[in-house]
Amino acid sequence: MEGLNYVGAGLIVIGAGIGIGQIGGKAMEAIARQPEATGKIQTAMLIAAALIEGIGFAALFAA
Amino acid sequence: MRRKFSIKKITFLLFLVSFVSVAQHNEKKDVANAPKEEKDLKVTIKEYINHHLLDSYDFGLFSYTNDQNEKVHIGSPLPVILWDNGLKVFLSSKFHYGETLAEVDGNYYKLYHNKIYKTDAQGTINYDAEHHPTNAKPLDFSITKNVVMIFVVFLIMFFMFKRMASAYQKNNGMPKGMGRLLEPIVLYIRDDIAKPNIGEKNYKRYMSYLLTIFFFVWIVNLFGLTPIGVNITNNIAVTFCLALFTYVITTFTAKKDYWKHIFWMPGVPVPMKIILAPIEFLGTIIKPFSLMIRLYANITAGHIVLMSIIGMMFVFNNWLGSSLSFFLAFVLGILELLVAALQAYIFTMLSALYFGSAVEEHDEHH
Amino acid sequence: MDKLLSEFSLGLFFWQLLLFVGLVLLLKKFAWKPILDAVNEREEGIKKALESAENAKKEMQNLASDNEALIKEARAERDAMLKEAREIREKMISEAKEDAKEQGAKMIENAVTAIDQEKQAALAHLKKEVGDLSMIIAKAILKKELSSQEDQIKLVEGMLKDVTLN
Repeated sequence: MEGLNYVGAGLIVIGAGIGIGQIGGKAMEAIARQPEATGKIQTAMLIAAALIEGIGFAALFAA
Repeated sequence: MRRKFSIKKITFLLFLVSFVSVAQHNEKKDVANAPKEEKDLKVTIKEYINHHLLDSYDFGLFSYTNDQNEKVHIGSPLPVILWDNGLKVFLSSKFHYGETLAEVDGNYYKLYHNKIYKTDAQGTINYDAEHHPTNAKPLDFSITKNVVMIFVVFLIMFFMFKRMASAYQKNNGMPKGMGRLLEPIVLYIRDDIAKPNIGEKNYKRYMSYLLTIFFFVWIVNLFGLTPIGVNITNNIAVTFCLALFTYVITTFTAKKDYWKHIFWMPGVPVPMKIILAPIEFLGTIIKPFSLMIRLYANITAGHIVLMSIIGMMFVFNNWLGSSLSFFLAFVLGILELLVAALQAYIFTMLSALYFGSAVEEHDEHH
Repeated sequence: MDKLLSEFSLGLFFWQLLLFVGLVLLLKKFAWKPILDAVNEREEGIKKALESAENAKKEMQNLASDNEALIKEARAERDAMLKEAREIREKMISEAKEDAKEQGAKMIENAVTAIDQEKQAALAHLKKEVGDLSMIIAKAILKKELSSQEDQIKLVEGMLKDVTLN
């Protein structure tokens, strides 16, 4: 059962990766739709990505 | 414009040199370990990475094993300051890089896994069941490698921005030299981070902190990428300290509305209020906690990956694999430059966001 | 988590705390305040300059329209004055003409009456003269008649030949 936490860590990374990928993709779509709002979208995107990342890291360290 | 360009060029050069110096270092190890098996090389690289990530009591530039099979360290020792029934100050050279005990006023100290323990004259370390040392640890205020770098960054920032400020006075309110490069960043922090997140009314009193933390984290991160390679932000103590500042400032400048929304959320039924209060309160602690972890983990992970890929050059030991990993390391290095700025930005941005929530005034009740 | 806790170094934390507080305070005093003040001042200066430029532009526009109005007014005034002058001139001329006509008529009338009077006077005078003359003639006739009848008739005839009635 030693290795299970590594499996957990892997799952966390997959989850966080999907999450950040979603944010990035949606942000791209949003920018494509409204190029004039690029700055605002980028900021919001970075914040959201940072939050997910934070959760990911927290879980990673707990694992 | 020209100055800006030259700064970029210098950064880039430093960055390149960092590879060269790291590579040189590993090469030496490679030569020393050549007769041994490949697994040893991997272990060496891993150890080297771990060592690189940790703080140390001497300012080591690099070390290698010479012909007589002795480890040679290039660098300078730093003062060790301990509080153990009185102040004990001595140079870290007394430890001989962990090989010997340091004896001060009849007390013996041993460097074990990068921590100083108090031992007897023979240097015995007692372990508990989980193989953790049980020896007493004196309070340690040593000027370690990281502390030296914090000092350096402190001085750089102080003189850089002081010069920038005095240039404004001499130059009739116009920036000069470095100021021209830094002013847009300062204005960006003011106009795009502080104002929208904190609000036009309250942003002014947080500006000093936000500007300082942004430039501090950024410069420190960039220093981590230079050949000196001292990562300050991959120490949990440092990021903890920075996050603590954000937490303390948020807490002490918070208005009544902030606390009201935490402990007695308006507009929800009473049982919900009771459930929400601890969650919200926990949230206030988790926010700075995630700040701490994010910065720490990003920088640490970046360094581990970067150094692993650099190490892979020697593991592959053929021109295709090595050049590929060199290219990968190069690209990653550029990515790390971006991450260095991005993490500083995120830290500042989220701090501003938390400050903003602390001073926000809710007109409407939801 | 264990790794994080074991990595935590109180010394590093202490120095970071100390240096960072120092850095924030020092930079606040020596760098951020002057820099932000200078930037603010400059921005306000630019704002003010822009505003005053805008005001100046507006003023200029106002002035231009004012000028135009003035010119228009002046032109109208001039036109009015010219018109008035012309009218006055015409009036004066016509008045003068009428005056002259009246005066002429008067003068003619006067002359006519004067002539009439003179004529009357002359007629009266002539009548008197004729009377006187007839009296003298009569006297002379009477005197001659007394001397000779023939002579008397001759005289009267001679005298009557001389006198021509007008």
